[in-house]
Amino acid sequence: MFSNPDLQKLVFGRLSLEDIPYHEPILQVTFAMVALGGLVVLGAITYYRFWGPLWRDWLTSVDHKKIGVMYIVLAFVMLLRGFADALMMRAQQAVAFGANEGYLPPHHYDQIFTAHGVIMIFFVAMPFVTGLMNYVVPLQIGARDVAFPFLNNFSFWMTVSGAMTIMASLFVGEFARTGWLAYPPLSGADMSPGVGVDYYIWALQIAGIGTLLSGINLIATIVKMRAPGMTMMKLPIFVWTSLCTNVLITAAFPILTAVLALLSMDRYVGTHFFTNDLGGNPMMYFNLIWIWGHPEVYILILPAFGIFSEVTSTFSGKRLFGYASMVYATVVITILSYLVWLHHFFTMGSGADVNSFFGITTMIISIPTGAKIFNWLFTMYRGRIRFELPMMWTVSFMVTFTIGGMTGVLLAVPPADFVLHNSLFLIAHFHNVIIGGVLFGSFAGVTYWFPKAFGFKLDPFWGKMSFWFWTVGFYFAFMPLYVLGLMGVTRRANHFDDPSLQIWFVIAAFGAVLILLGILSMIVQFVVSIRNREALRDLTGDPWNGRTLEWSTASPPPDYNFAFTPVIHDLDAWSDMKKRGYERPLKGYKPIHMPKNTATGVILGVVSIGFSFAMIWYIWWLAAATFATMFLVTVIHTFNYNREFYIPAADVVRAEGQRTSVMAGRA
Amino acid sequence: MHTDTAPPGTEAPAFYLDEDHAHESSTMLGFWMYLMSDCLIFAVLFATYGVLGRNYAAGPSPRDLFELPLVALNTSMLLLSSITYGFAMLEMEKDNVRTMQVWLAITGLFGACFIGIELYEFAHLIHEGATPQRSAFLSSFFALVGTHGLHVSLGIVWLIVLMVQTAQKGLIVENKRRLMCLSMFWHFLDVVWIGVFTFVYLMGVLQ
Amino acid sequence: MSSATGAGHHAEPHGHGHDAHGHDAHGHPAGAHGSFKSYMTGFVLSVILTAIPFWLVMSDVLGNAVHTSLIIMAFAVVQIVVHMIYFLHMNTKSEGGWTILALIFTLTLVVITLTGSIWVMYHLNTNMMPTSPHDLMHHKP
Repeated sequence: MFSNPDLQKLVFGRLSLEDIPYHEPILQVTFAMVALGGLVVLGAITYYRFWGPLWRDWLTSVDHKKIGVMYIVLAFVMLLRGFADALMMRAQQAVAFGANEGYLPPHHYDQIFTAHGVIMIFFVAMPFVTGLMNYVVPLQIGARDVAFPFLNNFSFWMTVSGAMTIMASLFVGEFARTGWLAYPPLSGADMSPGVGVDYYIWALQIAGIGTLLSGINLIATIVKMRAPGMTMMKLPIFVWTSLCTNVLITAAFPILTAVLALLSMDRYVGTHFFTNDLGGNPMMYFNLIWIWGHPEVYILILPAFGIFSEVTSTFSGKRLFGYASMVYATVVITILSYLVWLHHFFTMGSGADVNSFFGITTMIISIPTGAKIFNWLFTMYRGRIRFELPMMWTVSFMVTFTIGGMTGVLLAVPPADFVLHNSLFLIAHFHNVIIGGVLFGSFAGVTYWFPKAFGFKLDPFWGKMSFWFWTVGFYFAFMPLYVLGLMGVTRRANHFDDPSLQIWFVIAAFGAVLILLGILSMIVQFVVSIRNREALRDLTGDPWNGRTLEWSTASPPPDYNFAFTPVIHDLDAWSDMKKRGYERPLKGYKPIHMPKNTATGVILGVVSIGFSFAMIWYIWWLAAATFATMFLVTVIHTFNYNREFYIPAADVVRAEGQRTSVMAGRA
Repeated sequence: MHTDTAPPGTEAPAFYLDEDHAHESSTMLGFWMYLMSDCLIFAVLFATYGVLGRNYAAGPSPRDLFELPLVALNTSMLLLSSITYGFAMLEMEKDNVRTMQVWLAITGLFGACFIGIELYEFAHLIHEGATPQRSAFLSSFFALVGTHGLHVSLGIVWLIVLMVQTAQKGLIVENKRRLMCLSMFWHFLDVVWIGVFTFVYLMGVLQ
Repeated sequence: MSSATGAGHHAEPHGHGHDAHGHDAHGHPAGAHGSFKSYMTGFVLSVILTAIPFWLVMSDVLGNAVHTSLIIMAFAVVQIVVHMIYFLHMNTKSEGGWTILALIFTLTLVVITLTGSIWVMYHLNTNMMPTSPHDLMHHKP
């Protein structure tokens, strides 16, 4: 572009035309599809004149419900990307035997497994649970929004920026080839001089800020904004698990931030934290990142436990069995999750006493988890169980997660771990708990709360199709990996020599295809449900005969959630209200104080993409400019004191009157 | 809708409030949570220093580098800034904008002195060849002390912004809340510094 | 354990909801509630608690590095408590006990992170990297 290389470097950093991978056919096709899909979406928005409402009602919205929905949309979109990576890996491993090298060269395969892990954890599982918590928690505690509505919007946009940064690595440059935790020295400047690890670092740093702030936000919400009468031991169990999750987020994500910052110092400035020379110690990175990493596991699973508890109790028509023990189990897990991190690297060589300490703590943490399984079983016992879709996911979870939990305890035994470390057994184990726990939990949650968010149920037929494909597909895809792992096959290999292994990989690939059908059924389910929404419509606001407060308001809830602040007398507040003859108030509405929408979050999000891009490509002028912009926008934002408004009483009267007539069947 | 009726004889209690229900502000609690999370960032940096802090790689050790009189001077700057911020808060409670701003300015000056001395120290070290790239000890030293310094600098910027905002709007509820948040931030950095001078400087020289 | 017990304590103020809410000190938790006297007490104490460790180290009063280290660490802990009480105005009541609960939880994690890392990495080093005698001499836990 420029004849002068110095000038080129000044303007574009290390970015050049060669970094656009237009010679890779797979990426060309992907790019074409993404571009085409993007154009269709943009075209549709333009055609339906949706830009205005999109900007006003969604992107700049500080409404926790809108933000929750956007998180879940992000999770579904990124699930498609992450799953595409999974399919490619399964296809490669099913064919790459002996003379056949497969279709993915190592440098590409390595990027795919790294991207798969990072995307699935940070941009699928996290947005799913954050989205559900965002949507449900304020409704369940009878609040009108979260404690810091603007921060909530900002958190969401930081998460999106992180996701966009990772997506950019697909078409500009490359992604990390290091595995999802980017262990040094492989991720250091010597071994990975390219932009891949930098994409990784900046995507996680930016998204991490969002996650941390949303964690603080939800803690403050749960602590300060509960409806009168809702004592801690009357909190719905999902709120309890959310509280513990957000405590874990607030206490764990700073550790990730600090560790990644130290790694970037090694890469950018040439310090020696995790290098092999001048006193650095790569194992310190393992140590620190797993102090974050293990709580992260519980950050993902605790909200899922909460969802399963709500679903089990609702669809069994009973109070949750052992509510108090459930709460204590959750709290115990929260604390113990900080005492087990070394089990991820028993083989490091800390010796027998260190390993046995962490082995024992790991086994202890399975006790409260096991107690929860019994609580759910006893809730179902003698209940009037309705096997609706959320309940089906829950039952499938209980079976699947128990298997995953048991293989986890097996891995907690250090001598066994020395054999199974970094084998496919480990891969099978954590997919067993993450798919069977977090994903099934999120799907149960999405199916359960969808009618609350949109006013109609999801189509049960396609939902059941999806459910069976996912469940059966999961077992086909991951049971063979247990077998392979026990045979000693290690993870992250893109080619094998022993032909006797191939059949297991083919079975696993078949399982992945079944899961693909599960995902496709899910998409069909959404389309069919939207088309048949009138038939699936729920006018009561309480389609499942629910037990908690969110079912007491309209579906979808009005912006202000509750026209009057509810007063709580019992656990399972809405169940209590129904039993004791609650009458919906029909008059006396007052103006309602609400936070104003703001574009600051979107602006900061977009600029932060530019900042991370500039840092990744060493475009220093752009980095400085974007950083200064973010700083200024933040400061200017603090000069805006006018952040709230009143919904006039007339509007409340209109909205509530509409609901009254709908419920009376006159609409 | 749902017609599970109440058992006869029990009267339904109030299930909602007629009056608007104002929540007290969550800002202070939220900001405290943020400080706690920041605490863990420092925990990582302290742990890194604790593990790598003696890997000199045949380079200089704390005994060769640290000048305790300078550190003592720096510590006193931070301590003085803490008490002056306290005075600013007392004036704030009495609603004296002008005096409060004077104390804030003095606090900012002490903070700036602290940063100045720290930068002087860093420049001196780098000049002597004790750069962050020299050894893991120096990497972790610069990371820990530098992160603290970055926080103090940020605090100074925030302090200036608040001086402008109190000049514009006076001591309204929002501004008071912000001043209290900054107060927590400022004193929190003081607490971290206690760890730094004990763990890094004093114990470094002792080895 | 900590948040569960905190929950128990906290149940009361919110228990009877609305009336308790309004009368909580409005937005004056950890930051405020200082008096000139308490600030000065804190300041004088922290000056003393800072000066003694510096003096102990700079004049090498005890002539024993291990003893001095232990003593200055004790001083640091006391000074941190002094700052918490007199400058950060920590008490068990502000925000219904949630701030102190968060602090205890965080301190627990800080201790776990610090001692855990040092313990784990010390064992790693002794087991896996027996290097020169000079380095070994420096590896004290």
